[in-house]
Amino acid sequence: MSVAKTITSYFEELRGTRIWRSVFRSGTGSSTLHRALAVQQNVFLHLFSTKVRTRMLSFSATWYLGTLTFGTFLILVGTGIPLMFYYHPSVPQAYADTKDLQFVVSSGLFLRNLHRWSAHAMVFLVFAHMFKVFYRGAYRAPREFNWVIGVILLLITLFLSYTGYLLPWDQLAFWAITVGSNIASAVPVMGNKIHFLMLGGNMVNANALLRFYVLHCMILPLVAILFVAIHFWRIRKDGGLYAHQSEPKTVATNAVPAAAKGVQ
Amino acid sequence: MSEEKKNTPAEPGRGKEKEFDRRAFFVKLGLGSLSIAAAGTAAFSYQFLSPNVLYEPSPIINAGKPGNYAVDSVTLDVNSGIYLIRAQEGFFSLSAVCTHLGCMTAWKPELGIIACPCHGSKFYVFETNKIPGAKIEGPAPRPLPWLEVSLSDEGDLIVDRSKQIEPNTFKKV
Repeated sequence: MSVAKTITSYFEELRGTRIWRSVFRSGTGSSTLHRALAVQQNVFLHLFSTKVRTRMLSFSATWYLGTLTFGTFLILVGTGIPLMFYYHPSVPQAYADTKDLQFVVSSGLFLRNLHRWSAHAMVFLVFAHMFKVFYRGAYRAPREFNWVIGVILLLITLFLSYTGYLLPWDQLAFWAITVGSNIASAVPVMGNKIHFLMLGGNMVNANALLRFYVLHCMILPLVAILFVAIHFWRIRKDGGLYAHQSEPKTVATNAVPAAAKGVQ
Repeated sequence: MSEEKKNTPAEPGRGKEKEFDRRAFFVKLGLGSLSIAAAGTAAFSYQFLSPNVLYEPSPIINAGKPGNYAVDSVTLDVNSGIYLIRAQEGFFSLSAVCTHLGCMTAWKPELGIIACPCHGSKFYVFETNKIPGAKIEGPAPRPLPWLEVSLSDEGDLIVDRSKQIEPNTFKKV
């Protein structure tokens, strides 16, 4: 049997090499410890729990709505960055560049449509995720703060959607942002100041386009990544994904002393 | 800070009166400097984000010779967002930007009113006993503002969009 090596054995050999060991600190072996270390010692995976109940990973537990939302976010980053290579955020060029992306640039139409549809899907999925969390009661202690982070992420998603809406610089974009920014000026006392700062002027013009572009491509995605990281990390810290029957006992017993106090 | 105060009486060799020692002074000094720096950063950020020079179109519009406008006519200039209206009493100009959310309104000659396509606000123009620009119906919170109309030395009508005037101020030519 020494001649017919399996793929697994090749992989095990690879995992034993010096280069692999220098990259992945967890080492060889498939013991529970090694598998836990592989998660715990990975910069990306360490946000997640090292152990998860299979019931929590079943489709019925979460409908995968949070994961799907994150998936659309990754698609949006992956399609948005290539789009930036052809798009100039300036008044004479923005609309023409959008047209070029659709009719001239190879795969431009595909990337732009994927970006647009994923954006719509992300807004839908964020709401669906929140409804699921809300109606299952998964926002309750100890997950209250993660719900708050989720609300912040909802707002960031909506702002990303809104700022991206202006970038094609067509009539729809222009009037949508005119109307939307005028809503901001309805804020008491400082409404007009907010409107002025938002647009970088009194009307939707070159400054507004540039501001929305910077917000859409730099500031909001970075803030989103930060809060997504906190959101994932809090899932682990708050006892993993919410699965009703498998809640840790501490949460259940916490209620008992409070009830006992009430009796006294 | 309040916790420190509570603890001090329990410690031997420290008087109750000695509330403000050197450490507390430096803590206050440090926090104070940081707050001043933070306030300064906020002020500078606000100033940086507010443009001092705007490359926006001039608010002053040359609407041409008065003779080009018939009596009881409403002329919309889409590019500048103004109506130039010649009534029996004289010329006046209304902003064509809806006071609701900033959409461009339109003159409806068949109805004799100004209407906004976005959310359905309607405004009077020639109704008797009604101020032109006043709201008929819809979500607009304010009437369409009257803009200052003047005559240039060459006899052209000049509308200044940055100057709102009292309603029923007609420019007689």
